[in-house]
Amino acid sequence: MQDRTIGRAAFLGVVGAGVAGLFVGRDALGLLGRLVPDSVEAIVPTSGWRIYTIGNSIPRIDPAAYRLTITGAVERPVTYTLDDLRALPRAEQVSDFHCVTGWSVYDVHWTGIRFRDLLAEAGLRFDAKALRFVSDEVPYDDTLSLPQAFASDAMLALDLDGKPLSAPHGYPARVVMPQMYGYKSVKWVTGIEVQPHLDHVGYWEQRGYDEDAWVGGSNGL
Amino acid sequence: MVRRFGVTERALHWVHASGFLVMLATGLILYLPVLSAAIARRNLVKNVHIFAAVGWALAIALVLVLGDRRRLAADWREIEAFDADDRRWLRGRRARQGRFNAGQKVNAILTVAFAVLFAVSGFFLWLGERDHRFLFDGTGTVHETLTLASIALLTGHLYLALIHPSTRHALRGITAGDVSEDWAREHHPKWVEGERGL
Repeated sequence: MQDRTIGRAAFLGVVGAGVAGLFVGRDALGLLGRLVPDSVEAIVPTSGWRIYTIGNSIPRIDPAAYRLTITGAVERPVTYTLDDLRALPRAEQVSDFHCVTGWSVYDVHWTGIRFRDLLAEAGLRFDAKALRFVSDEVPYDDTLSLPQAFASDAMLALDLDGKPLSAPHGYPARVVMPQMYGYKSVKWVTGIEVQPHLDHVGYWEQRGYDEDAWVGGSNGL
Repeated sequence: MVRRFGVTERALHWVHASGFLVMLATGLILYLPVLSAAIARRNLVKNVHIFAAVGWALAIALVLVLGDRRRLAADWREIEAFDADDRRWLRGRRARQGRFNAGQKVNAILTVAFAVLFAVSGFFLWLGERDHRFLFDGTGTVHETLTLASIALLTGHLYLALIHPSTRHALRGITAGDVSEDWAREHHPKWVEGERGL
């Protein structure tokens, strides 16, 4: 009988450590991750960005052909080229990025355009309620209500860490909404459809993701 | 020839192995940036991964319901028991071994523990996306750490089962069910002698 307690203890010990890890694993591995060389980190990530794509490949957008259209509940539909966007008032911020699958990137430096400035020329109609972001990664889309889009740290980002977005990060333009999980931050944005209602359900939400995308609550982030 | 594994034991092994390999392949596509970018189609890969998980759990349950549970329970009692010989063996000394040597016992205990933890952390990954109250801080980290540890375990297991000359005869035990008596006597003498009442 004594002999069996060894195996039983080993089994319960591993299971117990794993269950504890559900609550502290990220910090524990975060410490270990600092010992991992960058070359390994690039292949087997313990921290940093991960690129998730629902289409058949990462969209490659030709900057000369790129257009951003603003349509829907606006006074005047507007089409911007990339140069037009770069001429709009710039905003900068450092914010954290949280993915719903459990990874985060801290202190990300974004440069882009606040939605108020982006929508100024089109002009919101009195019944405008939400922005639906259309991606070149068809059929991905998601929405922000106007108060969410006008949060002080929400923007249409063009630059990441001082350089134009790379293709995997959504070149040439992506939504950044740090207070919500990453699935709200639509990449490769080619259109903003201003909606007179709040009913639209985004790509991942249609597939079961929580419609309440606010970061926080019990997970302590 | 001597019988090492019955139908239930072999069914459990292969059900687990096939489920694990499908989830490992799809899981690596979801996890490793190089593969994520190359394959993309995340929703499809994710669905295959999740349906494989459900299929795996149902198939395991089916083996437990229809199979020889008494025999599996006896196996587990044997696996959990590390006697003085097993402890010597683990310290790298020569020691007479039973039907499972101490390394096989460690492998089996880790495999079952990892399966439980994969299932629990995977369930919370799935649920956490749907209701953020269940999105715990380390769920993804645990699932990923298990993946890396399982790959290490699987690599050693495959090497010993397929390549290493003195151990690869054991493969016959988990496919056909029996192994040669000479081999068993050399590698698992306490089992063969116990079986024969020697």
